[in-house]
Amino acid sequence: MSETERLYRTMLTIRRFEERVVDLVNANEIAGVAHEYVGQEAVATGVCAALRADDVITSTHRGHGHLIAKGADLRGMMAELLGRVDGLNRGRGGSMHIADLGIGIYGANGIVAAGSPFAAGAAWSFSVDGSARVAVTFFGDGGMNQGVLQETLNVAALWSLPLVFVCENNGYAVTLAQERSTAGSVVGRAAAYGIAAEDVDGMDVHAVHGAAGRAVARAREGGGPTFLECRTYRYFGHHTAERTMKLTYRTAEEIERWRLRDPIVAAEASLDADTVERIRREVDAVLDDAIAFARESARPDPADALEYAYASGLRPRRGVPG
Amino acid sequence: MTQVRYLPAMAQALRDEMAADPSLFVIGEDVRESLRGVTRGLYEEFGADRVLDMPISEQMFTGFATGAALAGRRCVVEYQIPSLLYLAFEQIANQAQKLRLMTGGQAKVPVVYLVPGSGARLGLAAQHSDHPYSLFAHAGVKTVLPSTPADAYGLMLSAIRDDDPVLYFAPAAVLPLRGELPDQQDPVPIGRARIHRSGSDVTVVAVGHVVHDALAVAQELEGEVSIEVFDPRTLFPFDWRLLSESVGRTRRLVVVDDSNRTCGLGAEIVATAAEEMELVARPRRITRADVPIAFAVELERAVLPSREQLVEAVRAVATEGRP
Repeated sequence: MSETERLYRTMLTIRRFEERVVDLVNANEIAGVAHEYVGQEAVATGVCAALRADDVITSTHRGHGHLIAKGADLRGMMAELLGRVDGLNRGRGGSMHIADLGIGIYGANGIVAAGSPFAAGAAWSFSVDGSARVAVTFFGDGGMNQGVLQETLNVAALWSLPLVFVCENNGYAVTLAQERSTAGSVVGRAAAYGIAAEDVDGMDVHAVHGAAGRAVARAREGGGPTFLECRTYRYFGHHTAERTMKLTYRTAEEIERWRLRDPIVAAEASLDADTVERIRREVDAVLDDAIAFARESARPDPADALEYAYASGLRPRRGVPG
Repeated sequence: MTQVRYLPAMAQALRDEMAADPSLFVIGEDVRESLRGVTRGLYEEFGADRVLDMPISEQMFTGFATGAALAGRRCVVEYQIPSLLYLAFEQIANQAQKLRLMTGGQAKVPVVYLVPGSGARLGLAAQHSDHPYSLFAHAGVKTVLPSTPADAYGLMLSAIRDDDPVLYFAPAAVLPLRGELPDQQDPVPIGRARIHRSGSDVTVVAVGHVVHDALAVAQELEGEVSIEVFDPRTLFPFDWRLLSESVGRTRRLVVVDDSNRTCGLGAEIVATAAEEMELVARPRRITRADVPIAFAVELERAVLPSREQLVEAVRAVATEGRP
């Protein structure tokens, strides 16, 4: 399989996965909301294609794409989103906390940029061990204004940690446009810490993959952290519920302009039609299987609601005496 | 058996675990110089990969410990000032503590958050005098508050070896205290309380350094009221069984709790006793006032729990309902 084919397949899997998720949210098969990754597929795909299985990532509230690109099992993911016992997190995490520690996914996170120091701690641990493992932390442009991320940039630069910062700049912190939330330049901030910083076209999967490859190689060789600002766009709302909210912070024209640069359309144009058709069929089949698996999986027993709170096995008190 | 002070006993436990477990490292502000004395000598003995001075970035270094723990290490994080925990609260209560459940049992986060010198210590004023253990117990974080050198040693071993996040509060008022430390002090299990002195009339639950006030009052009132002094040692999970046994004998309860009155640990102890135990007199709480600690020492003393308040509460509870 060619590199383009592999990258296309991952991006398409993410997009189709998210489309299925929206249907399942609308059908009330998935509780709550999901934060769709549609439009941003080239970022997770390009970055994770540069990683090894034993490298780690920290993800965000918009995490499905990162997990798929890092190799998470689609059955386990879908079962988790449906809140079933065979989910990656046994139905305890859901979309915002989905994780697979076994393959280095330190979790989606419900708090913006809160996973970034985990990546620093892991990266430090790898470097003390003398391993060539690398940590990647994903966050959005909104995350640039979180203190904890700035604190993490500082320590990563100070200690030359094998850590790659991936800022997925989709232009909006929920509804607040970047120019209204963020002073100065994003890469300029990283550069001020002495971190190698690169402005990357986040709609071009090959550009992302190339930049990530350089960043990861630098980290593995002991060259310290890299900051990638990947300019991208989400085609839909901050989360699935936004469809009903009639918000006005973006124009249809702006969305359309970004769609013209769709990374999946671009990949399809560079592959032959038979290959595209085959991969589409394969992706659909895999997702059909994942959804069927998730629906078959049992719902958690309410009697187990106090399980998994403590590694020591401690069972906390219930909400009534006895 | 030797006589040792509390702080060196706690420091010895940390050193012994550092020597026994190469995956353990310690981080915090000024831990090489060891302004608090707990990490003194550790840098020289264990080196820069085991003892890390952190920039003043409490959120970052708290989350850093989580990441290193997920990568297979154990960590002790020192906070020089109790209220620094407020800066780190998100990373402790919302991240590290919840990861186990959120990941359906995949994650373990063996990190100890150590506050060597929690609570008021005369003249440090509002932002350096809090004793915020109730907050963490409320959030379901394992929380220990040893009151003696032996417990400081034994609970440090258990906290480090535990696979969950553990808050370790060493009250400022007991750091210089002397006590016995057995030559071979075993780990003190998390969740196990201790009765320091048996009594038959009133159970006094004393949380942290006020154990020593309770013991002094028990001595002072000997012959008048027989006081059982109950030291929870671990605040979460609380040893309800031992408390139930004690209150089952005395049927009378006073709680001394150096945290704010509203939603403090004392409120939880009294509420659980009222719901689940047989009491023949109304229970009493001696707590901090619901106010920040003011600078002037007279004002500080005026809002902290006192022995006089305890004596008064014990006498009131001991006589209530008697013919």
